[in-house]
Order: sequence, then C-alpha cells, then structure tokens
Amino acid sequence: MSADQNLNTPLHKTPLHALHLELGAKMVPFAGYDMPVQYPAGVMAEHKHTRSKAGLFDVSHMGQVLLVGDDAAAALETLVPVDIVDLGLFKQRYALFTADDGGILDDLMVARRTDGLFVVVNAGCRDQDIAHMRKHLSGRCEVRPLPDQALLALQGPQAVTALSRLNPGVAGLVFMTGGFFDLDGIPTFVTRSGYTGEDGYEISVAAERSVELARKLLAQPEVMPIGLGARDSLRLEAGLCLYGHDIDTTTTPVEASLTWAIQKVRRAGGARAGGYPGAAVIDRQFAEGAARKRVGLVSSERMPVREGARLVNADGQEIGVVTSGTLGPTVGKPVALAYVQTPYAALGTELFAEVRGKRTPMTVSSTPFTPNGYFRG
Amino acid sequence: MSIKYTPDHEWVDTTDGIATVGITVHAQDALGDVVFVDLPEVGKSFAAKEVAGVVESVKAAADVYAPVSGEIVEVNEALRADPSLANTDPLKTGWFFKVKLSNPAELDGLMDTTAYDELVKNS
Repeated sequence: MSADQNLNTPLHKTPLHALHLELGAKMVPFAGYDMPVQYPAGVMAEHKHTRSKAGLFDVSHMGQVLLVGDDAAAALETLVPVDIVDLGLFKQRYALFTADDGGILDDLMVARRTDGLFVVVNAGCRDQDIAHMRKHLSGRCEVRPLPDQALLALQGPQAVTALSRLNPGVAGLVFMTGGFFDLDGIPTFVTRSGYTGEDGYEISVAAERSVELARKLLAQPEVMPIGLGARDSLRLEAGLCLYGHDIDTTTTPVEASLTWAIQKVRRAGGARAGGYPGAAVIDRQFAEGAARKRVGLVSSERMPVREGARLVNADGQEIGVVTSGTLGPTVGKPVALAYVQTPYAALGTELFAEVRGKRTPMTVSSTPFTPNGYFRG
Repeated sequence: MSIKYTPDHEWVDTTDGIATVGITVHAQDALGDVVFVDLPEVGKSFAAKEVAGVVESVKAAADVYAPVSGEIVEVNEALRADPSLANTDPLKTGWFFKVKLSNPAELDGLMDTTAYDELVKNS
C-alpha cells in the first residue's frame, strides 16, 4: 500500500476521518487518503456482518462529478462504450472509460438525475478522469466536480430495514436506480447499488452533514462500520473488479469479461456503434475473441492465492496470472480473479497456482462466488 | 528461561535447548484474522532469520522467520487445523513450531520483554 503514498504529500482526510478515529479504526494510506482498513471488530467479523446484516462504508475518497447540459449523455458516449443516451431518469449504469488501444482508463457509475448525469469514479483515477472529461466534453456539457459531497455506502440484506427508518421511500428503489431523498432531515441522493454483491445503497450527502448522517445510520441496530479490508474481500467474493488490479490500461473490456457492460446499441451493427476510444479493437475482439480472459478461480485447499501468483497447466506451462485473491470469508475457500489464456477459461477447467514455489490446484468457476443479494423488485 | 522476542514480532520460549516459537499479540493484531498458516517440515534445519513459515490473514500474508538456528522438531498441528488460535491464544496454544537450538548463544541477541514492549510502543 505504501506505493500509493507519496511521503512528501500529506494524506487527504474524508469528512468522516475523526469519526473513524473515534470508532477505533486502524487507518492506512489508500489512494492518497488516510482511510479505515478495519475497525476493532476486524475484517472477518465486518465481512460477515455485511453479508448478514448491514455495514456502513465511508467511500468519500471516490470522485463525484456532475455532467450538466442537454448534450451530456451523447457527449459521455464518446468516452465510454456504454448506452448512456437511453438511460432513463434515475436509472444507474456501470461504465468504463476506454483508451485508444481498447484498454480501460477507469470504471465508473453513471446515474441520470434531474440536474445532470451523476458520475462516480475511483479515487486513484479521479484527477485524470476529470481532466479527461474536461478535455473531451467541454463545449458539449459542463464537467462539475463535487468535492464538497461525501459518499457513504450502506450494504447488506438489512440495509433496507435500517435506511427505511430514515425515509421509507428508499425501500421503493430497485437495484441500479436512485433518487433524491431527505434522510431524517438530511438532503441526499441515494442509489440502490454498491460494491459488495449485497442489496444496499450508496448515499451522496453534503460533507458538512455526512457525520450527522453516519451517526444516524450507526445508531440503527443492524449497522456497524466496515473498513476497506472487508470492502475488498466482499467485492472479490462478488466477482467485482478492482481498478488497478483486475482491470487497467492493459486490459480490454472483452479480455476483462465485462462485455455485459457494452449494450448492443454500442456494438458493431448497433444504432450508435463505436464512436468511443478503442472501438475498433474492442469490436474486433467481440468478433474474433480475445487471447486471454478474466475468470474466477476457487481452490479446494486452504492456502490463499493472492495477486501476482502465476497460473500453470498440468504440464507446468505458464497460462495466466492472478489479479486479486484471498480466502473468501463467506465462501470459506480461497477465491481469486485471474487472467488465463482463452483455451483455459472454460468453467470447470483445472489449473494450478504457484505460491511460494508450491502448486495448489484451482478450478475455473463462475462469479459471483457468493449469490448476489440485489433487490430487483 | 524467560521469553525472548525478535524485531519481526515473534516470541521464543526456550526449555532444555528446545525453542518454542510463535507470533506476538502485537503481530496478530497487526495482521488481523489469521486464516492460514504454512508450517515448516519437521526435520528441516533453518539458519536464524531464514523464512520458516507463513501466516496469512484475509488481507495479507507475512513470513515467519526462524528466530534462531536449528532443526524443526515439532510443528503445531492444532494451529494448522485452526489458524485462528494465532489470534485467540498467540502466546500459548497458538505457537507455530519448535526448534532444537544449534547455537544457543543466538538467544543473547534477542530482546527481553522490556525491550520488546519499548519497540512496540514506538512502532
């Protein structure tokens, strides 16, 4: 993690920083911020609590941006291979900024609001993403960063129970929709989405009201605070990519098995095909396939297999590499995301991970590794 | 013989030339929930400061060093079966392995409780 930290620059603090310290969090540098990696309960307990009840995450380090103007959706489509134009009011969608060679510059969430397109990007990519949007979208829409907004995530099967006490209306949202809600007197923009595989919400709130809101949520009997450690193991079990690890500028959406994020209308033959960076490369991979693919791996043995572990076939030939991995606290087995040569990407394929000179067997498995809990109405 | 400590946050408890080795309360706290341990083979010899095992939590893996030179005479199978012992009882039932000392003088180079507590306080 030290690689993320420039020792000459003081770490940024989210508006909830003092609250994390008060709650006894262990703080670590992450993407330039001093963030809670865990609270006294520990990663395992926090992970399991989120899967069974509700966990509160501070994700205020992520970048929030509003794209304002009638042409914003069509403009954004020049940077992402995603159908934004047809995105209905208060609907949300996963998207990717692509590069000219088809690589991924960042992944993001886009929601259409009454005041514009609400975009959430990764903390580590925020500055470059804003510069990227300003460079390419200025003139067509206003790129308005929202640095005075905090972002909280409330995740888990009982998140709806807890948040409904502050405003019953949030129970009416379904997965990947949102709306403006007054939460016990605090104005917010809420989406029913997240990064854990569970039902839950992400809540954009003015920084100056964020501690008050966090305290109201923590006062609910279902809710406990959850750190970045469990956030990582939860998203990994959910099969969700972490930018900079499972996807980056060297991976295309096809290689990354994210073709589901590219709607037909943006693919070759679609009404608004192409027109985004790297379209030629990505369309060719759609047609011809890619030489490697991102897959899920599960081990029947206990040894965790982590990022960087080489993957070999039965003959010992290198056929891939692990990009994220740990012992899945809910699955109870080592789980990983990895890139393998396409002939080894079929479900059920047996291969081996090399860990400290030893080989441990792993099986290509479907993701998520734990069933999703999304509420689809 | 009193317990000694290494700067790598291991403890060493020596009786009759056999050193029992584990990780400290501070070490298990820093690691978090231990989910896996890789223990050395009985009969294998290590020089002091060589990697003899691995301890892994959900979020990280850390090497366990041989704090003193010698031959592994026993490993903790109970810990292998239930790695959480390294969290719940790190100084007793959560021990890792036992080493038959080949150079007992190496113990003099390790820290006593006072020195180790000072190290943790300042870390």
